[in-house]
Amino acid sequence: MTDTTGIWMYAVTEAGHTADLVSTATGVAGERVRVIGEDGLTAVVGTVPLAEFGADALTRNLEDLGWLERVARAHDAVVSTLGRRIPVIPLRLATVCLDEHRVHEILMQHRREFTEALTLVTGRTEWGVKAFADRKTLSEALTDANTGDAAGGSGTAYLLRRRAQLAARESVEREAAARADDIHERLLHRAAAGRRNPPTDPALSGNPEWMLLNGSYLVDDEAADEFRSEVEDLGKSFAGIRVELTGPWPPYSFAGAERIAP
Amino acid sequence: MTVVGGSGSMSPQPYGGGHQSTNLGDILERVLDKGLVIAGDIQVNLLDIELLTIKLRLVVASLETAKSVGIDWWESDPWLSSKARNRELESQSDLEIENRRLRERLAQLEQERTPAVEEAIVHEEDRD
Repeated sequence: MTDTTGIWMYAVTEAGHTADLVSTATGVAGERVRVIGEDGLTAVVGTVPLAEFGADALTRNLEDLGWLERVARAHDAVVSTLGRRIPVIPLRLATVCLDEHRVHEILMQHRREFTEALTLVTGRTEWGVKAFADRKTLSEALTDANTGDAAGGSGTAYLLRRRAQLAARESVEREAAARADDIHERLLHRAAAGRRNPPTDPALSGNPEWMLLNGSYLVDDEAADEFRSEVEDLGKSFAGIRVELTGPWPPYSFAGAERIAP
Repeated sequence: MTVVGGSGSMSPQPYGGGHQSTNLGDILERVLDKGLVIAGDIQVNLLDIELLTIKLRLVVASLETAKSVGIDWWESDPWLSSKARNRELESQSDLEIENRRLRERLAQLEQERTPAVEEAIVHEEDRD
């Protein structure tokens, strides 16, 4: 490699026909995406200008949301193109080497990690599930549940409902959290692995709703239909709670070779 | 299209990675925070740099979102909010000031309770 260029790393796959799959892909710098092989593993890479992707430039550019968006989408596009066809280990954004020798080294040094991770993700796909709550609807549903059968005159009924309303206002967060736990548990049972993440930045998603659950699930491809059915059922199960599915994703959330969840 | 649970058919339309219409937040939370972390030659600590910026915005945005739906209990808790703490301190000092003034006034009045005043009081009491 030259003094002015570096090598951006996208993902690692098993040795095979990876090169064919990326032959028409363009990368984060608009470059041709290519492969570097080492002992049964293949790194998917692209040559990038250090003026834009070197340490200082990268530090600056990563702070620019416009640049970040373009690069993140391009990175994800390459990884996804692969992930749709073969098992792939996505690398986190901004893994840059200065020469091919280093790439070979990485494949050798992390051989076991890559192999274990590839085993975990083979035949599986990541799906994202988010749950959102509508505070008002949830509160009302809780009030209804708390009020029960209000016997007696209208005054009593009013007071009972009012008390239930106040109780609901206090407990709505607790209830919402419990529902989110339920949803996660049920999805875990349908997946090989799963994890919960912090709620998404509303400024980035453009969605101001109250997010209860932000989960990623690694699901056997044969079980994908059942998983999606489960998500649909869960979306109908709780008044005031809606569920959103995204995917299929390459296995970003399981590239660290997490142990399989029960 | 993101498949929304509970509304109509669940046809498996791929809307995850790689599509231009995929939500940026969904992509960023994966490519920045997930994926295998390998030390290349260029050390860019994402946590230190822009992730911190983004995470700070996340914290601020989350708090704003919470407030917009009525969750703002931290604003009245003096342990969590300097505004609440100041209000508490202010109200404490108001009470203290009032206490002090009352005590001073009482001391003043007790000093003014001269023998002539005492006698006048006794006469008042006799009359009633």
